[in-house]
Amino acid sequence: MKLRLVLWGLAIALLVALPPLAIALGQTYYIDLVRRMLILSIAAISLNLILGYGGLVSFGHAAYLGVGAYSVGIMAFYGASAGWLQWPLAVGASALVAAAIGAVSIRTSGIYFIMITLAFTQMLYYLGLSLAEFGGDDGMRLKARSQFSGLVDLGDPVAFYYVALLLMLLSVVLVYRIVNSRFGMVLRAAKSNDARTRAIGFSPYFYRLAAFVLAGAMCGLAGALYANHTNYITPGLMSWQQSGDLMFMVILGGMASTAGPVLGTFALLLIEEVLKGWTEHWQVVLGPLLVLSVIFFKRGLAGMFWKPDA
Amino acid sequence: MTWGLVFEQLLNGLQYGVMLFLMAAGLTLVLGIMNMVNLAHGSLYMVGAYLAVALTGWTGNYFAGVALALLGTLLVGMAVEVVALRALYHRDHLDQVLATFGLILFFNELVSMIWGRGAQYASLPGWLQGHIDLFTGSRYPVYRVAILVVGLSTALILWYVVTRTRLGMLVRAGASNRTMVGALGVNIRLLYTVVFGVGAALAGLAGLMAGPIYAVQPGMGELILIQVFVVIVIGGIGSVRGALVGAIIVGVVDTLGRAFLKPVLASVISPPAAEAAGPALASMLIYLLMAVVLAMRPAGLFSSR
Amino acid sequence: MRDSLLQVRGLTKQFGALRASDGIDFDVAEGETHAVIGPNGAGKTTFISQLAGNLRPDSGTVRFAGADITALPAPRRARLGLARSFQITSVYPDFSALHNVALAIQARSGHSFRFWRDARSDPSLLHPAKNVLHEVGLGGRSQVLAGNLAHGEQRQLEVAMALATKPRLLLLDEPMAGMGTEESQRMIALLASLKRKHTIILVEHDMDAVFRLADRISVLVYGRVIASDTPERVRANEEVRRAYLGTQA
Repeated sequence: MKLRLVLWGLAIALLVALPPLAIALGQTYYIDLVRRMLILSIAAISLNLILGYGGLVSFGHAAYLGVGAYSVGIMAFYGASAGWLQWPLAVGASALVAAAIGAVSIRTSGIYFIMITLAFTQMLYYLGLSLAEFGGDDGMRLKARSQFSGLVDLGDPVAFYYVALLLMLLSVVLVYRIVNSRFGMVLRAAKSNDARTRAIGFSPYFYRLAAFVLAGAMCGLAGALYANHTNYITPGLMSWQQSGDLMFMVILGGMASTAGPVLGTFALLLIEEVLKGWTEHWQVVLGPLLVLSVIFFKRGLAGMFWKPDA
Repeated sequence: MTWGLVFEQLLNGLQYGVMLFLMAAGLTLVLGIMNMVNLAHGSLYMVGAYLAVALTGWTGNYFAGVALALLGTLLVGMAVEVVALRALYHRDHLDQVLATFGLILFFNELVSMIWGRGAQYASLPGWLQGHIDLFTGSRYPVYRVAILVVGLSTALILWYVVTRTRLGMLVRAGASNRTMVGALGVNIRLLYTVVFGVGAALAGLAGLMAGPIYAVQPGMGELILIQVFVVIVIGGIGSVRGALVGAIIVGVVDTLGRAFLKPVLASVISPPAAEAAGPALASMLIYLLMAVVLAMRPAGLFSSR
Repeated sequence: MRDSLLQVRGLTKQFGALRASDGIDFDVAEGETHAVIGPNGAGKTTFISQLAGNLRPDSGTVRFAGADITALPAPRRARLGLARSFQITSVYPDFSALHNVALAIQARSGHSFRFWRDARSDPSLLHPAKNVLHEVGLGGRSQVLAGNLAHGEQRQLEVAMALATKPRLLLLDEPMAGMGTEESQRMIALLASLKRKHTIILVEHDMDAVFRLADRISVLVYGRVIASDTPERVRANEEVRRAYLGTQA
């Protein structure tokens, strides 16, 4: 346990030190890169809640990245660029969509659940494509970054970086508390043994739905951040390739572990960066790498260091 | 919106449904009997389409090209099964989803490397290029009729095999209770290989038929695959009959929706609103349908379990 | 007829041509230990599943403490005080024995939509859990992962989890399944200690246990109750001997 805290401390220290270091070395590109990793980590952390701890193989989690991003984008489009308004709305909208999709999907299980979550995300993707007013297939530029009444300027790459870092750490803490709370225990129990959980008096449906909504909301926040990061919002953010990527971030890092999703996100995006440097056809290498990782590397990175939580 | 137009779109819907069926039949059997989620099924569809384009061009003969494409897809499917899928039979669905997702990335990039990212166009021999006259007075492409004929014939053959032959009996038993069939001394390995091979061939067939109508490009498999999932969810896992019924329903609803929802809406609400809402709603139609079916029958219409 | 705690009338369940439950009438009085015995295939598990709420009967009613629970799903019945243990061990293998029981305690301690406080070290859960573990004889094994417990210990854990929900009725499905002689004796002793404080429905093959523990025995054959009486009378019943007990009992 002590070792974990030490490692976390080190990691946080490194992340905090990165921007000044990068500036000093003249490599400001890395601030951007790591910021992207931090933002997507939040999405992976949210997915880990329902996938790693809840056992819900949601193949449509990227939908909430899209809902969050479009919430910010659409509001900015109509001139409402106050972050204080946009971001809660992004979170709220994602929660609502998650509630709707979850209510129907969680009544099924197994392969049906996987296909249904995928189908609903695809539906949202098509919805995004068809909204010609917001760019349709091409997507739209973010008219203005989210404003926070002068408190912080997201246009400043370093300030934005620290905002992302802070939110990522908050997400880690939040999910950690949730999975070890009474609620989290029921969720994990239901994943471990559904019949036994019913037999002692819990109805797993409601706990799973609540977790699904929480995860969707958190991912919506990541979407809002992402829109500000890329300054561009496309339906591709909701594509199933993006959902698959998120799942890999969770798996590679190690499911049902606190550090897992962060490790996985950094690892996957780092691998992509390296591969992109070699060839434009990097996916032809990444694909088989992913296949091999699933076949041989089940426990994930966190699993290499310590056993995952029960 | 004339009746002739409606009928034409109905035919289009049937034709699309038939193609969905070819994909769905293989996938639902693999799911039902081998309990295996194979996202790379869409890649086999894509491979079929690309091979058809390449081989027809190379041999200069439509039939040779098509036959070779079918064979080629079968071989690719077998190779994928041996190299990657065998290791996944006993893994949980999550692992299968992730691993086959990796396969999709691989195949999409591979075809981009060989043929580029742009769309390829498949050509048709002269005798498939014409139109026939419908009783409604409008004209309908011969090729689409050919697809209907091939697809329905395949459905008929599948129906015969599944319900009237010993192999089909094993298939149905396996879809219902895999372990039992194995315990009865049936060569499960062989059954798996046959089922998977048939599935791959059907996907290839759908792909090579799709070429001339839809664009042949990287990622084409995934677009149809998700709709195939909807078909299977509606029809029920493991049921070929469910795949056919589901496919026809999805094909017809989707096609008619895209064609007529906007004008129908425009007559009910204001035209500008219909302009915006129409296409959006049309694209969501089959997913809403899926949600409705699930609400009433969580295991699909004809689930074998 | 004094109102039984559990009252089953005309319970029928058919699987195709097979009548697994054929119009079963069944009563359990408060404080009674009522055993259900019968040959394999008699429909005991089907019967228990319908009582616990895992299976919906085709017809018939189940009344518990005066209320009709026939349509209620398993979790609701558990919350009403109907606890069950499984014939095939069904615990949480990756949680410790203590946390297994703590979860059962949690199920009876108000709603669980609490998202912040750590439940793993909550004394209001762990303290009662430890007590229950002690009661079933697993006091010294609380930190062991349930998956690592010996088979007999896991069966004890099953009982512990049923007990932890403070049930009004215990449904024990072959608690001694797969146990050796020594383990069985321990389990019988445990069940004997529970007899005084709980109402128990006991499904068992172990005749030694059945005749030592049961106040009444119902014999299930081909989905029908062919006898329901005190142990001595059941033992002497001609039909029961022919169908199940043989001449050894």
